[in-house]
Amino acid sequence: MLAIQTQKLTRRFGNFVAVNQASIAVEKGEVFGFLGPNGSGKTTVIKMLTGILPITEGEAWIEGIDVAKNVDAVRERIGYMSQKFSLYDDLTVMENLQFYARAYQLKGKKLAQKIEETIAANKLEKYVDRLAGRLSGGWKQRLALGCALMHEPTVLFLDEPTAGIDPVARRQLWDLLFQLSGQGITFFVTTHYMDEAERCSHLAYIYYGELIADGTPDALRSLPEVNPPGTHRFEISAPAITTALRKAKEMTLFKNATIFGRSIHALVDESVGQEELGRELRKRGIAVEEIRPLIPTLEDAFVELSQRRQAQMEVAS
Amino acid sequence: MNNPAQGLGAIFYKEVRHMRRDPMAILFALVIPVLLMIILGTAIDTNIRQVRTVVYDASGSAMMSAVSGSSMSRAFLDRLRNSDTFRIYKYVSSDAELNRELIAGRASVGIKVPVDFDRDLLKGNQAQVLVLVDGSDSNVAGQAVNVSSSLGLDESLRRMMPAGGRQAIEVRPKMMFNPASRSPNFLLPGLMSVLLILVTVLLTAFSIVREKERGTIEQLFVTPVRPLGLMLGKIMPYFVTGTVEFTVIILFMRFVFKIPIHGSVLVLAVLTAGYLFVNLAIGMLISSKANSQAEALQMCMVVMLLSIFLSGFMFPRETMPTWAYLASHLVPATYMIQIARGVILRGAGLAQLWINGVVLFAMGAGLLLLAAKRFKNMTV
Ligand SMILES: Nc1ncnc2c1ncn2[C@@H]1O[C@H](COP(=O)(O)OP(=O)(O)O)[C@@H](O)[C@H]1O
Ligand SMILES: [Mg+2]
Repeated sequence: MLAIQTQKLTRRFGNFVAVNQASIAVEKGEVFGFLGPNGSGKTTVIKMLTGILPITEGEAWIEGIDVAKNVDAVRERIGYMSQKFSLYDDLTVMENLQFYARAYQLKGKKLAQKIEETIAANKLEKYVDRLAGRLSGGWKQRLALGCALMHEPTVLFLDEPTAGIDPVARRQLWDLLFQLSGQGITFFVTTHYMDEAERCSHLAYIYYGELIADGTPDALRSLPEVNPPGTHRFEISAPAITTALRKAKEMTLFKNATIFGRSIHALVDESVGQEELGRELRKRGIAVEEIRPLIPTLEDAFVELSQRRQAQMEVAS
Repeated sequence: MNNPAQGLGAIFYKEVRHMRRDPMAILFALVIPVLLMIILGTAIDTNIRQVRTVVYDASGSAMMSAVSGSSMSRAFLDRLRNSDTFRIYKYVSSDAELNRELIAGRASVGIKVPVDFDRDLLKGNQAQVLVLVDGSDSNVAGQAVNVSSSLGLDESLRRMMPAGGRQAIEVRPKMMFNPASRSPNFLLPGLMSVLLILVTVLLTAFSIVREKERGTIEQLFVTPVRPLGLMLGKIMPYFVTGTVEFTVIILFMRFVFKIPIHGSVLVLAVLTAGYLFVNLAIGMLISSKANSQAEALQMCMVVMLLSIFLSGFMFPRETMPTWAYLASHLVPATYMIQIARGVILRGAGLAQLWINGVVLFAMGAGLLLLAAKRFKNMTV
């Protein structure tokens, strides 16, 4: 049985189609990364799967249970951490925990025990009496995660859990996710960070409502759209990188070129080898420092997929 | 999962803590009504007294005496003055001056006694007194007209009687429930009804809209907390706040404004509970619609204004146009004002007011279910 499954899931706001016929299948225990530019419909998909927003068309199941038909049974199984952490800033850490434990119908001994456990698991001991609003991003996130896990859900939805969090806290959260995923919890995570995407066991990419890629990180990197036949990829280092890019883009042998840090990632016609490329660039006055063959990164893949999709949409309209 | 108010306890727990963290809001909600009560209770006296009056007495001018006016006209003017309604601040000696005082707004009433006032009276003809009233304040104008014509009537009757004779009918009005006819006695029970709206509607509406603004409401929707549990959990703390405010207002009325409470305070409290309940339900309904605190505030102001203008607090319902009179039946404050004035001023009890209580509780239950439905539709 799949942990999360959707069939042509669609959400419209008036005439605007926020999510168009998205079909997703996530296995139990997977860490599923859901990526896409802002406004693409990631949050909308999560809200439909958690029963916060009604589904316009299509179907969705959580662990085999139809979300539209039996939302109560679904909610017993899911946890949700919304984009803004959804804590009460004017309540203390303890009060937030107490509240969510009670909201999840824990009582008496079980309530006290679960709160104790959550505090210990997230190392919140020092902060129990601090107002949630006074916590740093990383601690807020731990507390929110603790609250979302209070009722021991088996599927957890995290909407941009690491936005605005420092790199150390980011790393720690992901370590924790893998630890929990080892215990059989399925994760549905949205993010804009490529290093986080890289760690997911399964990725999907949504571009303005359309699901345009689905698979493991490796599968996405080796998509034919990302590696068009008759091309190969190089990483070119050069000083004055923006001028170099402008000049490079004027050359017909470049299919695509993007700056990454201090280098250019270029998709080049297959007939042009590494040495010939260097000669051609120097001819144009670009002081090339180094050229290396490149396996596409996830970001290359998403940029490529987005650009192709954008071009298709422009042709269509 | 068959408890329709599931999650009530959790929400109540949290709401009480929010209130503890923000005592200013509660204090504000309690202090503002008291301030308003003091201002309105002491500064506004709707009984009309001592209206500034200018007199042009032409009756004496024929005699060229130093004191203007004849003895008869002076007797009449004295009676006017003794009515306490008029305060004669100036005597003038021409029509033009009389008009000038009125136009400048220095006088609200101008009285002109004509030249032949005495002569007409002595001859047994009808004597005339001209009373010019500034109609721009209709309350003052009405009272001035009433008092001056009844004085005229009184004077006429007296002259028709043989000396030592008695009026055929003497009307002896006696105010039963507010003998001093003090306006705070009448105003404050109504004011209480309007003030109670503030803490109840506004604070409950805000408490949910804040969760919308922060995004915590979505988190609530994925917990097993049910819409009714959410609403009742939010309502209860503010019900307590409303009750505290009610108590404060009653104590103020009784001991600061010295308004006697003729009926049972317990009956008043029970019926007021119904009123609080409706207002809390209105707050909930507003919060199911509004997405920001500013929006919620606007909607609360609408409720507040309707309550002030349609309930009989400001304008008597009997004199309203038909549509407004009909609409006033939909305003909870209408029923509450009847309750408050009834219990406090007339000593009415449940026997007379139970129907008001039933209407309020029924309105509250209906609105609360409507709000619960709206919250339910917000999620799947
Ligand atoms: N309640 C709503 N009413 C109208 N439009 C909405 C609503 N919620 C989201 N949208 C629109 O749907 C699109 C997708 O939004 P969202 O799911 O929040 O994107 P993402 O999470 O990927 O950034 C956006 O264009 C957004 O403006
Ligand atoms: Mg989003």
